[in-house]
Amino acid sequence: MSTTSTLSRRKKMMAWTGLVMLMAIFLLPMTGYISTGFVTAAEEQVREQQTNPRSDYWRLVRNNTEGYSAVTGLEANELIQGSGQVWRQLRNGPIATYGSWLIGFTLAVLAVFYMWHGNIKMTHPRTGQTIERWTLNERRMHWLTAGLFVILGITGLSLFYGRLVLIPIFGHNGFSAYAEIAKWTHNILGPAFMVALLSMIVTWFKSNLLNKVDMEWFKAFGGMIGDKHPSAEKLNGGEKMWYWALATMGVALCLTGLVLDFPNFDQEREIIQVSHLIHVVTALILIAFAFGHIYIGTIGTEGALEGMVTGHVDTAWAEQHHDLWAKSVIKKESDSH
Amino acid sequence: MARMKFLCDEERCIECNACVTACKNEHEVPWGVNRRRVVTMDDGLPGEKSISVACMHCTDAPCQAVCPVDCFYTTDDGVVLHDKDLCIGCGYCLYACPFGAPQYPQEGAFGARGKMDKCTFCAGGPEEDHSHEELEKYGRNRLAEGKLPLCAEMCSTKSLLAGDGDMVSDIFRNRVIRREGVANTWGWNTAYKD
Repeated sequence: MSTTSTLSRRKKMMAWTGLVMLMAIFLLPMTGYISTGFVTAAEEQVREQQTNPRSDYWRLVRNNTEGYSAVTGLEANELIQGSGQVWRQLRNGPIATYGSWLIGFTLAVLAVFYMWHGNIKMTHPRTGQTIERWTLNERRMHWLTAGLFVILGITGLSLFYGRLVLIPIFGHNGFSAYAEIAKWTHNILGPAFMVALLSMIVTWFKSNLLNKVDMEWFKAFGGMIGDKHPSAEKLNGGEKMWYWALATMGVALCLTGLVLDFPNFDQEREIIQVSHLIHVVTALILIAFAFGHIYIGTIGTEGALEGMVTGHVDTAWAEQHHDLWAKSVIKKESDSH
Repeated sequence: MARMKFLCDEERCIECNACVTACKNEHEVPWGVNRRRVVTMDDGLPGEKSISVACMHCTDAPCQAVCPVDCFYTTDDGVVLHDKDLCIGCGYCLYACPFGAPQYPQEGAFGARGKMDKCTFCAGGPEEDHSHEELEKYGRNRLAEGKLPLCAEMCSTKSLLAGDGDMVSDIFRNRVIRREGVANTWGWNTAYKD
């Protein structure tokens, strides 16, 4: 025999062995059927009917299945709703914890920044000439929204953290009396805030569209780091961020607030729970944002508050903080003369 | 010390709603408020079962945990009660409760909630026992009279049991043994930790 034929026979043997092994892998586990025979679909059905009726009942209950109840009322025909526990754990756990961290951290950062930079002074002396930054209606709108935001923020935080922070101070009776007023105030002023916020979003939409100038502004961290002040239009990148935070999270805050505010529309608990979580999370983020906004607009920057109070800003301030806008306004004025 | 518990035996409940009616009458609860209700699954079908449910007086009560004004308290008997003078009607306890126990009389427009009302295990409230204020706000205090909740006392099939948890368990265990079935202590895993 030649060596080549031995080799080919060996290969053949190996191929056959492999095939038999493969077949065995598929066939051996099926040998069980030799004793039982194949289960037909009808037999399966019989088996399904043999479940424990008490387990079936419990399963229906746990799946929030609606049954029948002679007592009429919203969701009275459901025995157990499990989502409430999830809501409780998220609200009392991570949201309460990280929410307080977020607000504490924001305040700490602002305090450190103030100690580091202090009040950002105007780089050039006032020219005495002013240009109009906000019209009377814009200012009314701003302060209405701002006032409502502060009231809603305080009352809302009181309902969220009051038990932890205010009950030890005022006692149960004192805090309860305040919380009752806070609840009503929050519920009544909420829709008013929504109207004010929406009017602001619509009015300032155009001047808040992001563009290349803002990208440069972000890259320079808004001039917070270093000496150079990046260019800005009427609204700088930071202000636009605040606008878009309100236009997105603020709207979510208002819509979820409506779900919570009007139980007469028979919304179910699961919708209420989700709305409540969105409401609290967006509120906490916006409150943190608002601290930054208030800081920069008041003690953080010299001359910034004048614009929103009197409507006019000094040209020196405008050229320092909103150079592109200042140029265009001054050019327009000189053109019209 | 006794640990009060409710247990509804779904093998016995015939959905007569006597517990609901007895409770409503005993405590003179406001219109639209029902402290107890009977829910039937698979109504009209084979295997139909009913359960009477009210506040289960949970060990780690979710209502207690989320209440912004901290108006809930657990008595020495393990009964979860609340102080209506503190309650602000925010609705959080309803959001958290697995059994849908908290009820609110409507107060003002847009479905605004009044002070929460729920099953007291016939144990009144924080006011002085048998006082007029207690009766007005929370209903009868049968526990202070040495009696058990009326819903269970009234139950014609003795499906609904109320009382010391150990005794309730003993009664139910005996039943289950006679029935040669599997125990189904409805709601206990959710409600009780001890």
